Amino acid sequence: MTAMDTTPDTTAAKARPARPPRFQMLRRTLGTPKGIAGLALLGIVVAMAALAPILFPMGPWAMVGRPYTWPGDGPALLGTDVLGRDMTAAMFWGAQISLLVGLVSASVSLVIGIAVGACAGYFGGRTDAVLMRFTDAVQTVPSFLFTIVIVAVASPTIHSIVLAISLVSWPAVARLMRAEVLSVKKREFVQSCRIIGMTDLRIITTQVIPNALSPVIVIASVLVATAIITEAGLAFLGLGDPNVMSWGTMINLGRPAIRTAWYIALIPGGFVILTVLALNLLGDAINDAFNPHLRKR
Amino acid sequence: MGHYLRNRLLQAVVVILIIIVGNFILLNAVPGDLVDVLAGRGGDMDADLMASLRARFGLDDPLPIRLLDYIRNVLTGNLGYSWPHSQPVLDVVLQRLPATTLLVILSVITSVFIGTLTGVFAARKAHKLTDVILSMVVLVCYATPIFLTALALMLIFSVQLGWFPLSGLTTAGAEEGILATAADMGRHLVLPVVSLSLFYVAIYARLSRASMLQVLTQDYVRTARAKGVSERGVILGHALRNALLPVITMAGLQITELFGGAVLTETIFGLPGVGRLAYDAVFARNFPLLLGILIVCSFIIVIVNLLVDLLYMKLDPRVELTK
Repeated sequence: MTAMDTTPDTTAAKARPARPPRFQMLRRTLGTPKGIAGLALLGIVVAMAALAPILFPMGPWAMVGRPYTWPGDGPALLGTDVLGRDMTAAMFWGAQISLLVGLVSASVSLVIGIAVGACAGYFGGRTDAVLMRFTDAVQTVPSFLFTIVIVAVASPTIHSIVLAISLVSWPAVARLMRAEVLSVKKREFVQSCRIIGMTDLRIITTQVIPNALSPVIVIASVLVATAIITEAGLAFLGLGDPNVMSWGTMINLGRPAIRTAWYIALIPGGFVILTVLALNLLGDAINDAFNPHLRKR
Repeated sequence: MGHYLRNRLLQAVVVILIIIVGNFILLNAVPGDLVDVLAGRGGDMDADLMASLRARFGLDDPLPIRLLDYIRNVLTGNLGYSWPHSQPVLDVVLQRLPATTLLVILSVITSVFIGTLTGVFAARKAHKLTDVILSMVVLVCYATPIFLTALALMLIFSVQLGWFPLSGLTTAGAEEGILATAADMGRHLVLPVVSLSLFYVAIYARLSRASMLQVLTQDYVRTARAKGVSERGVILGHALRNALLPVITMAGLQITELFGGAVLTETIFGLPGVGRLAYDAVFARNFPLLLGILIVCSFIIVIVNLLVDLLYMKLDPRVELTK
């Protein structure tokens, strides 16, 4: 695992040799204004998810007051929804769902994409052609429509939603991975692994993938953000898990009442935007750190 | 050139075949078949009749034979029958295609135009206050899901201000005549088009800003400046043309994303397009129709991708032809 060490170190590191390169990378990512803003915003959402069971032990479904109480009018900070449930509780518990859906879907599509891309790039030839045409096909199908079809066929549960999101979002990862593996596999250390008789599986998992991972890490934040938006969109359409209170569920509940009580739909919408904004900022910061020559643009 | 085209076409055909097979798998994953649907509608059907119907429709054939039948059917334009509409699926989808196409074209034009303009402007003022403020606005637009934009715009401009109609593509019983109809449709399309554009405006602005800044450092731009071309001439005549290449790639991507991706917007604004049709098909559990929409949209996307590749080759001769 010496991904970064193979590239010549920066002059900054020479001046201060004490700092290990990996730590410096982290500092370069998170020390920028974008990185700090992204981390702070994401911190709010993570804190909401973590505090939900402590602050709202009754869960998001408990009724606390009259329906349609506007924010500030009653005991509930963000008002109550169409059935008199506490919007604040729904927002806190919804943060858990959104983060969970985002992280799990992104991880699953990373795993699929990395596996497909690494195999296509490493083996080349016919394997490459078959895998890449398959990737093309998945990428061609309109992704939101495809997600809807999968969720509708499999009936909407949180599992089918996560699976559907992962199944449509891995092709971008596979393409990036393949391109990177194509260049990594030509390097000398991979050749020497072959000479000492390592199996292909071992070379791919221990040598090629770790060294080709950096561009993939950059798009991970995009994957999480897309997954959160897709889940909200599905729930908005009425294709959310009926047993789960997500931000999208609340937007869907608030939609019929949008003329009179628009806060029910727009407050959870605001939290979706906040989370996606945080992830985009972080993604930009990581991207800038990995491509320092692009930073001044 | 010919070699590249042949390869590219071959790839497209393979992709289409894979998509058809995938659709077949999904269609088979749906519980119940056509005969179950008929039995549900008829009410009194015994097991013998159902078995004989299955035999007549070829539903009890082995899986590979049904797959071949399905591929042949799809390639000859037979996507099945939509019982609620009493029409073939293809006809139902084609009736809804014009509204979606209009929506997609209008929003691509709007977002490319405004987005590129914003990006070029921001690049001219790079790292100044205007640029920083614009970048922040663009970041927020980029983080806003399209359906939230649509909801918010509808709330403000239709519900509160009453400037635009709430839903639909035309007003029932409106004035006759081409001009009056066009004006009426225009009024109905403003909010959907703006909703679909805002997110892409952000993308084009980011893209063209980055690409413009890169192009402005090139030698030929310096040469143009050195020979006394005006700043306007440098930007429009020399830099912008090359900075537009990534914008064209993105425009192709936007077209393909919006065909079948405008489900939420079409649903919110009640537009009679394929997205709205898909929404209705989901809740009527009309899977032949839903998968028919998926196939038609995929076909359109394959064709658009081919056209974008060709256009790109035409515009940028440096693009590798044999790949």
